[in-house]
Amino acid sequence: MEIFAQQIVNGLVLGSIYALVALGYTMVYGILGLINFAHGDITMIGALVSLTIIQLLAAAGVPVPLVLMLAVSGAIIVCTILGVSIERVAYRPLRRAPRLAPLITAIGVSILLQYSAALIWGKQYISMPEIMAPASVTLFGAQLTGLQVAIFTLACLIMAGLLWFIKASRMGRAMRATEQNPDVAGLMGVNTDTVIAFTFVLGSAIGAIAGLMIVLYYGLGHYFMGFMLGLKAFTAAVLGGIGNVAGAVLGGLLLGIIESLAAGYIGDLTGGVLGSNYRDIFAFLVLVLVLVLRPSGLLGQHSGDRA
Amino acid sequence: MLNVHKLEVAYGGINAVKGIDLTVGRGELVALIGANGAGKTSTLKALCGLLKPKAGRIDYDGSEVTGKPAYHLVRRGLAMVPEGRGMFPRLTVAENLAMGAYIHTDAAAVARDFERAYALFPRLAERRTQLAGTLSGGEQQMLAISRALMCRPRLLLLDEPSMGLAPLMVQKIFEIVRTVAAEGVTMLLVEQNAKLALETCNRGYVMESGTIVLADAAKALLSSPQVRHAYLGE
Repeated sequence: MEIFAQQIVNGLVLGSIYALVALGYTMVYGILGLINFAHGDITMIGALVSLTIIQLLAAAGVPVPLVLMLAVSGAIIVCTILGVSIERVAYRPLRRAPRLAPLITAIGVSILLQYSAALIWGKQYISMPEIMAPASVTLFGAQLTGLQVAIFTLACLIMAGLLWFIKASRMGRAMRATEQNPDVAGLMGVNTDTVIAFTFVLGSAIGAIAGLMIVLYYGLGHYFMGFMLGLKAFTAAVLGGIGNVAGAVLGGLLLGIIESLAAGYIGDLTGGVLGSNYRDIFAFLVLVLVLVLRPSGLLGQHSGDRA
Repeated sequence: MLNVHKLEVAYGGINAVKGIDLTVGRGELVALIGANGAGKTSTLKALCGLLKPKAGRIDYDGSEVTGKPAYHLVRRGLAMVPEGRGMFPRLTVAENLAMGAYIHTDAAAVARDFERAYALFPRLAERRTQLAGTLSGGEQQMLAISRALMCRPRLLLLDEPSMGLAPLMVQKIFEIVRTVAAEGVTMLLVEQNAKLALETCNRGYVMESGTIVLADAAKALLSSPQVRHAYLGE
């Protein structure tokens, strides 16, 4: 029972990070029909930029809250500029090309980002300096660290804020309109290029925050970390129904929980043959099952299109 | 108000519009009729900025607007009700109308526009929280027209507003067209229902495979043997 509670807690925290990254995949897919494979690597850049800022400032003795503020700001600025530039240079010229062209381009951009990061930060793991005392509380037999609470709370606030923004704001409505009928959105006075660029801004900024959360949570960064993270977040987006923002939140949290439970019990279930390092099997098992059983995902759109 | 000179539009590799001249004066209600594939929709798409013309010149309201994007033209009062009604299917009726008011930020005036739209079509008021994709064809057409009116257009382009509608609904839609015209909105109406279009409008153009073959007062066109034979089935 204690393992169960602990794994649920771990799963929710991990899942909320997956959900943040999944939002970037799902928003871009919704508006462009493009799976932006470079998004995981944008998150990796956010992680490494914030790691570097933390290393530099912590060594200089800057107070921790200020270090974190500057780290997250730096990561957001870099990732946002990167995301918008990638859209402008790599995807916009291919807007009317066959779907395969931007998809292959996205994979190319992903590789470009990985090896640019390898050039800047090297190929070794970079570890986080210890900046916070690991405080924790016990709840239903599960240990919760202050960091876990902070990550989960912040992620929930961001997700709720984003859902509200898309539902209620003028820009959010323009995003949904562009997604459903870009030509007619233009007839209403929406500059769809601006809306699409803005979608990349949102996704990249949220990805940057997720990147900071990951280095804080795992204490490590690496130029290739965006690959697996991207695949997991993509899986989460597909699980929830790609293109659906609430689905990305649900998919992320569920995937985190599934993975943590699997990591907690896989040793017992297989009599010790497989250890918790085989947890990734479960994420991709989920992807395969969703694609076979319910390709539109949990909250996938059964649209009332008649127009 | 609208002056089109030697307009050519290519669409999907074919020349859909082959150098047409067309004018719409302020306050006029002009029909553009013709068979399927004559180039009527391509013409409208070029006029409202959804398609870039291949050649020619478009002047609107005193200045050249050739190739200007749609989001720019609507800010100058040129709105369009697109072919097939152009719903945002997963936005509600009210959200669709709000998109029509996208360019307007004066909340009080927009609220009045909402009231006017709901007064014009009480059916839309009943369904304001329903998704547009779940409306009937006639209701969608009502929504498409009211949404375009939310832009407060001075020139309104209408593409086949009667398409796929029951006869009673067609009458209702044309009634609205006349009401809006009476309020001083200039209109260019593309229609396959030539009789109804010409009965409603002041002037008409007849289009055939990308060129304009006839241009005259609507009454004259209605009694022209050529039109009666080809478009009125007589």
